[in-house]
Amino acid sequence: MTGLRWATTNGRKGTRTTAATAASAARSRHPARPPRLTHLDALESEAVHVFREAAAEFERPVLLFSGGKDSIVMLHLAAKAFWPARVPFGLLHVDTGHNFPEVLKFRDHAVAEAAVRLEVARVQDYIDDGRLRERADGTRNPLQTVPLLDAINTHRFDAVFGGGRRDEEKARAKERVFSLRDEFGQWDPRRQRPELWSLYNGRHRPGEHVRVFPLSNFTELDVWQYIEREQIELPSIYFAHRREVFRRGGMWLTAGDWGGPKPDELETVQTRSVRYRTVGDMSCTGAVDSHAETVPEIIAEIAASTLTERGATRADDKLSEAAMEDRKREGYF
Amino acid sequence: MQPTTQPGSLLRLATAGSVDDGKSTLVGRLLHDSKQVFADQLDAVERVSRERGLDGADLALLTDGLRAEREQGITIDVAYRYFATPRRRFILADTPGHVQYTRNMVTGASTAQLAVVLVDARHGVVEQTRRHAAVAALLGVPHVVLAVNKMDLADYAEEVFAPIADEFADYSRALGIREVTAIPISALRGDNVVEPSGHIDWYSGPTLLEHLETVDVDADQPGSAARMPVQYVLRPQSPDFRDYRGYAGQVTAGTFAPGDEVLVLPSGRRTSVAGIDRLGTRDVSLAHAGQSVTLRLTDDVDVARGDIIAAADQPPRVTRELSATVCHLADRPLHAGDRVLLRHGTATVKALVASLDSVLDLRTLRREPGPEALRANDIGRVHLRTASPLPLDDYAEHRRTGSFLLVDEADGTTLTAGMVGEPLGGDTVTKL
Repeated sequence: MTGLRWATTNGRKGTRTTAATAASAARSRHPARPPRLTHLDALESEAVHVFREAAAEFERPVLLFSGGKDSIVMLHLAAKAFWPARVPFGLLHVDTGHNFPEVLKFRDHAVAEAAVRLEVARVQDYIDDGRLRERADGTRNPLQTVPLLDAINTHRFDAVFGGGRRDEEKARAKERVFSLRDEFGQWDPRRQRPELWSLYNGRHRPGEHVRVFPLSNFTELDVWQYIEREQIELPSIYFAHRREVFRRGGMWLTAGDWGGPKPDELETVQTRSVRYRTVGDMSCTGAVDSHAETVPEIIAEIAASTLTERGATRADDKLSEAAMEDRKREGYF
Repeated sequence: MQPTTQPGSLLRLATAGSVDDGKSTLVGRLLHDSKQVFADQLDAVERVSRERGLDGADLALLTDGLRAEREQGITIDVAYRYFATPRRRFILADTPGHVQYTRNMVTGASTAQLAVVLVDARHGVVEQTRRHAAVAALLGVPHVVLAVNKMDLADYAEEVFAPIADEFADYSRALGIREVTAIPISALRGDNVVEPSGHIDWYSGPTLLEHLETVDVDADQPGSAARMPVQYVLRPQSPDFRDYRGYAGQVTAGTFAPGDEVLVLPSGRRTSVAGIDRLGTRDVSLAHAGQSVTLRLTDDVDVARGDIIAAADQPPRVTRELSATVCHLADRPLHAGDRVLLRHGTATVKALVASLDSVLDLRTLRREPGPEALRANDIGRVHLRTASPLPLDDYAEHRRTGSFLLVDEADGTTLTAGMVGEPLGGDTVTKL
């Protein structure tokens, strides 16, 4: 996430010309039929449009930033949308306390490079002072909702950018780009505003806020192709590496202080070559066996995969048929 | 699934069909046979199908995602699906078929380049089919596919298919739809959806997926006159960009090049394009429809969010009075005399519903004059007056700058979707 890499080094976007030569060249090059955009250009342009709409319509937007690939792509798009001005909003991270150290390090590096402000809401603080209780299964993902909503209230954020994509899950396939949440942060799928053309309605009453999803129409593969094209840096755990893992619920989880492995349940640690497709809480994010060490290798691997991103790596979505829908209703993304 | 980055390789489409025409099955089949369904998704579908005592996997379960939908076995809201082939990527607006959800088809069709209208081969063209075709025509969807489904229940007979295809083609032509393609399919059996049918040897056309991959959408850009609604004014005031003042927005039609004469509307000030920056790249030579860019202007004119920068020789008209075809979306009805907000491009202005001129009878497709109110899912003609002037295009010419929303000022509810001007040509629609 280096601020202006695309401005100087990405030769595919056209060479630098002066305004005067560009003008004379363009007058004769006004095409009768303008070229269509590539699918990545179309998705990028649409996401930028969404960022600009939200930044213009809301008083206090914030971008949810975990250091994972989707939020990194969002920050990259935001920087492009407002270039050469600065990104006109800050970042918010809900830290479960079980995050991967490599990701937290990357988060801080990216924040420093982008010169934006970062707020962190910590699940651990809520557990320490008794506002939240640790779940029996040790999974902390569902616990994020309370600190998230508290942070939204405390900072009076009226728009919250999230990296949610409609291809992730069937409840998300129903999600709007501008998604109204009530004063409890709840999503009601039956009361969504219809969204037509590119007209996004961000009006809301005091206490309500809007979740904004610029990557709605990206798929996992689009995100990776975009990362490749834009040469966006990522945390190391997205690439194959050797790691101590153990098997639980059909997934490879990272061994660590957060609560695994449990010797009495015959969970044994082994060292494998793995990588992560999503980056979330260590307690519910599984690694996949992989030898993909570069972005093109990852793209090839995903294109051939028979599992969805979440099916392969997220334990919390497997709790029930409607797990995601239920969590969204409560105020999760 | 292979990635594609060729130009023109993203197609947005919408589906429409009555409740029992098998639309969810068709979408499920399209995803499944084009290998977009992953093992974990299919496992879930097979498990639920078994729990329900079905023999095989019910592909409709792939798309009906919400609890209420699974409980009732219907689709209650627009969902977006993604699939890809080596030739193209697709964004599919999966819209429900119930009569009471006309607004959802309008929503799906608003961004679609192609609509798939599904009919049951045993029932042929029914009211709902005509309604779907009318909505596609009103929304200016350039390509329509008639998928004649359940051919397996009609002995795969050409004698069943041909009259349905002919009737629909005649009707669509009267509506002014530019291109209609009819394809005999069985979504349940997989005939002609992705794989060619082994039962329909009299049909030599493409499968549905082949058609979606190859339909020519390059000629679909009417409104070559340049337009860009201003979203955001960029003034970095940093040492490197002390005097920089750029107008950020997405070009909705045509092209801009440095040196082009433009008007800033609604004020009408004339200036020209000094330079174009695109997402971090300085001084590009051209900005064309669909691109998010930043325009710099030669004169220090007053330009703000809500303005439209337009080609000086073909500007939109600037007016405070407009007639429009609308689809009412909210449960709360719309009455003459209502004061609302009107959202057009990046502008939001106060507006008055001056009169409700007519409502479309969705059964007969006739205009009934003087309705007392427009209710949810009604399509009607209205006259509006705005508090400040707006630069308006006709929807038939410019989809983006010819469309608007009406919004409730008190709680922000999206009330009504509107299209400026007379509906698209053709005898039947002119009667709407």
